[in-house]
Amino acid sequence: MQIAFWALAILTLGAAGGVMASRNLLHAVLFLIVAFIGVAGFFVLLSAEFIALAQIVIYVGAIAVLLLFAIALTPRALRDNSETAMVGPAILLGVALAAIFLFVIHDAAWGAGAGDPGIGAADLGRALLSTWVLPFEIASVLLTMALVAAIMLVRPEAEEDADAGAAGGGGEERA
Amino acid sequence: MPTATDHWYDFRDLSNLSRVILEGIDSVGPSELAYLVAPLIGFVAFFLVFVLPSQLFLGVYGERRIIGRMQARKGPNRVGPLGLLQPLADAVKLLQKEALTPARADRAIMWAAPIFFVAPAVLLFAVIPFGPRMVFADLPAGLIFFIAVSGLPVLAAFMAGWGSNNKYSLFGAMRVVAMSVSYEVPLVLMLLGVAVFANTLSLPGIVLFQAEVNLWLVFMMPLAFAVYFICVSAELNRTPTDIAEAESEIVAGYLTEYSGMKWGLFYGMDIGYALAASAFAATVFLGGWSMWGLEQWVPPWLIFVAKTHLFYFVFIWTRGTLPRLRVDQLMGFAWKFLLPLAVFNLFLVALERLLWAEADLGDGIVFAFAAVNIALSAVAVWGWARLLGYRPERMPTRPRLAREAGGYVPLDDPAAGGR
Amino acid sequence: MTLTLEHFLTVAALLFCLGLVIALSKRNAVGMLMGIELMLNAVNLTLIAFSRFGSGGGAVAGHAFTAFVITVAAAEAAVALALAVSVYRSRQTVEVDQLDLLKL
Repeated sequence: MQIAFWALAILTLGAAGGVMASRNLLHAVLFLIVAFIGVAGFFVLLSAEFIALAQIVIYVGAIAVLLLFAIALTPRALRDNSETAMVGPAILLGVALAAIFLFVIHDAAWGAGAGDPGIGAADLGRALLSTWVLPFEIASVLLTMALVAAIMLVRPEAEEDADAGAAGGGGEERA
Repeated sequence: MPTATDHWYDFRDLSNLSRVILEGIDSVGPSELAYLVAPLIGFVAFFLVFVLPSQLFLGVYGERRIIGRMQARKGPNRVGPLGLLQPLADAVKLLQKEALTPARADRAIMWAAPIFFVAPAVLLFAVIPFGPRMVFADLPAGLIFFIAVSGLPVLAAFMAGWGSNNKYSLFGAMRVVAMSVSYEVPLVLMLLGVAVFANTLSLPGIVLFQAEVNLWLVFMMPLAFAVYFICVSAELNRTPTDIAEAESEIVAGYLTEYSGMKWGLFYGMDIGYALAASAFAATVFLGGWSMWGLEQWVPPWLIFVAKTHLFYFVFIWTRGTLPRLRVDQLMGFAWKFLLPLAVFNLFLVALERLLWAEADLGDGIVFAFAAVNIALSAVAVWGWARLLGYRPERMPTRPRLAREAGGYVPLDDPAAGGR
Repeated sequence: MTLTLEHFLTVAALLFCLGLVIALSKRNAVGMLMGIELMLNAVNLTLIAFSRFGSGGGAVAGHAFTAFVITVAAAEAAVALALAVSVYRSRQTVEVDQLDLLKL
């Protein structure tokens, strides 16, 4: 437990630092994947196995793959991962914020109890479909909207013209 | 009734042996030692019982000899009796070869890719139940674990393709990613149907469900089984769908620049992933270690291994007989054909599950469900194929290449443009 | 020394600040997006940690909220990357400090 925590902490924060430090954007994405996996490990440590698996499926399996796709679709311009001139103030802000956070975290009396370790997929599903059923439905609508929006955004104009021209026929082909 | 006992020598349940070893270690050494030894035992046992015979004599050898028979040639038959030692000779040859790295390659990524490719293949077997108690990690959400981990090798393939700094490698990598994104969607929807029907996400739970109702899920959801087979074969780059390493188009895809044992790792683990997918199919669709009571007489893990290889044989079969498909055909197939079928299957299964739970129908009703599902699946596949059309000149409905070249003349109707 | 809530909160806070620095300082739109994803991950970690160690009865709430955050993050990543690709098509760059058409 102890060893796992410290190893995961070093892995995750180190990988996040790698995202910051690496000059090549693809290396940054790979570091980001390692950070995602580290956070999933933390979820397992906090006995949230289902969320950990969802993290792997969605972040590593979907978002990271999307990032790789975006990089590969826009060559050259996207390979550089350098900072703007705002890097100084940003680091300052980050350090200040971290200091405040750490101060608050270690100063506050959290009154932490033993908590509830056993939340499985079934409990989560029951909660999502009873207490949080409205946000759940809204999330599904949001996902549909994002799907449609993403497709519309990346449609090349030539294809739109072609579809407008062949309005009667070629409507079904759109992958 | 001869069920497995708790003695370590009872070969019907190999988990006894590992338990005895672990208890022994626990009584001698510190408690942390057991945590280290347990994965080791699991790995060694699984390797000796399953991977080694499978890889050596059914994976490489069986694959090559059986495909050889199918294609009316002999296949490797020189090394050892009947050519049985050919895989060992191949491994020795690969170890001797130099693993080249191109001068302009991204060395770190190219070096790390095979490792990232191997690790998930081992992890996948952790949740597979080989017998009633022979499951290494009995996760409550084992199904999702399998889906999550089987998405990881895609990243390794992309790393391999990008790191090689070769245009064919990059093409292959992009194809791997596009294929896996496309085929993951119907695959997960189908497995969702399985989880809904079995009312559990745990793989031992799914096996127990099938043993309880005495009917395998392949009969209850033939559509899900078929789509699982197609999707997995697409994700694993097996031959009818191996456009990511199509040697007639892009040399060897993301493996173009790999050689020696680095390539060997990719090749070996391809078979490892195929075995994992077969084991998963045997668990989820073919009843796992259960066989209508036979598991009390034959070691359950032997039944399981037999079912795994039965599924694996179908992999080999399709690989040996079917021609390769084109990229756009495969993409269109996933989105236009498999996805609607998957949604249809999910609705059907959820409806049946609801009926079963609400109307208090008893376990015998699954046979009726099976009959209904088989009929409806056949109708759905046939009807959807009719609706979409399958004439070759229609398949790319906007045939740009043909238009650029000045157009083609459709076979039946010269006046028709695209569909 | 056992693991307490503070351990996890510290890691999450550091991760959040790293993500913030990345999101604020990167020149590249995809790089900024990576920072935002890291921040979201840190928030998820905080939520799960509170859900695990909290003494109140709403432990499932943390899990449910994390599930929603992951969902929204997926939608956000899809749209943001589509935007990046579409901006690249029209401007041939995704460096955010060069997208300054509205500035004078």
